[in-house]
Amino acid sequence: MTTAAVLAALATACGLGSWRFTTARWTSRAPKTAILLWQALGVSWGLASTGAMLAFAVQPYGEGVLHGLVSFATGRSPREPWDALHVVAMVAGLTALAVLVAVLLTAGVQTLRARHRHRTLLALISHDDPVLPGVRVLDHPSAAAYCVPGLRSQVVVSQGALSLLSKDEMAAVLAHEAAHVRERHDLVLLPFAALRRALPWSKVVRDAQAQVELLIEMAADDRARRYCSPRRLATALLRFGTAGAMPTPHGMLGVGAHNLMARVDRLLKPVPELPVSLRYGAVALSVTLVTSAPFLWIYQL
Amino acid sequence: MKGLGELERSIMDILWAQSTALTAREVGRLIADRDLAPTTVMTVLDRLTRKGFLHRTRDGRAWRYAPAATRDAYVAELMLEALDMTGDRSAALTRFAQAVSGPEAEILRRALTELEDE
Repeated sequence: MTTAAVLAALATACGLGSWRFTTARWTSRAPKTAILLWQALGVSWGLASTGAMLAFAVQPYGEGVLHGLVSFATGRSPREPWDALHVVAMVAGLTALAVLVAVLLTAGVQTLRARHRHRTLLALISHDDPVLPGVRVLDHPSAAAYCVPGLRSQVVVSQGALSLLSKDEMAAVLAHEAAHVRERHDLVLLPFAALRRALPWSKVVRDAQAQVELLIEMAADDRARRYCSPRRLATALLRFGTAGAMPTPHGMLGVGAHNLMARVDRLLKPVPELPVSLRYGAVALSVTLVTSAPFLWIYQL
Repeated sequence: MKGLGELERSIMDILWAQSTALTAREVGRLIADRDLAPTTVMTVLDRLTRKGFLHRTRDGRAWRYAPAATRDAYVAELMLEALDMTGDRSAALTRFAQAVSGPEAEILRRALTELEDE
């Protein structure tokens, strides 16, 4: 009973923590730390919420979540007889776990397929530019610069972006994209995008995904500014923001402009980094979160 | 001898430039690399058909190949994804920045002018 209660408390804490965290202000001062904390919150929430139900369900075995599930799967009869409540908890817990795993796998497969298609098309219609070695160029007047992540990541810019930006600005954009490639930000985004698809009505999940999207951009900006002029990166951002060659779809304008300005501001006026003690605190919290849920799955309190 | 990807690319370019469907023999005649074996051209045409980039129709004993969509349509498809306008918010790509419209673009434009003036 204690294990189930503690897991439920942990899941609730993660939920409330995420909700509070969506409005935290310090995140832009330490994007990487904030990303780590988001990942920890996500993993811990998933394991704790499903674990709480399953811990209650396998209580008749009296041997913890994981061992209890193994006993259940191998068909051993529990020490205490089943009652309706435990059966309901078992069904609910297994369903939730299955849905979570299925959603993550589906999102992963869909993303890989979309990338494969994108890459195949790029191979057929994009071309090299002697000025930008290693970068694929698309013949389109709209401004776009992006990265197709993968084992062999590809950086792509459109003809529109080439004519929009100066040479230094283009170098800054490419440094930014190279940072995405190097730090595998796509892998960071994937579970959050998947979760959002699984729970489209949840405001916390939606906000969390938007936050993580912004944070990886900030992290890439931070790495890029080591190799290029932050000012040029800022003007490149503004040029992209105002290019508007294609009508933008409804619903995400406000956030777009706000996020863009936030990135420009921190490039031009770097705020002091978060104090080391706070950063370590956030890292310690992340580690505790990530380890506590599996611990509670294995050991019974 | 060019790589297979390179060959697929030049064959698509040839077929996009034509207004009518071509047979493998006609494609082979238009290709720059004259030493190419006819079977290689057939193989590549077959591959492209299986991937859905070409449609083929029977013409007597030969097949005639034509692009399934125009080059511009494919460019547009990639650009829609690149600008995150497909509606599905997947994590397939990471983008540099999104364009903004309306009064908000004006704020950004002003910020840009200030930066350029300094």
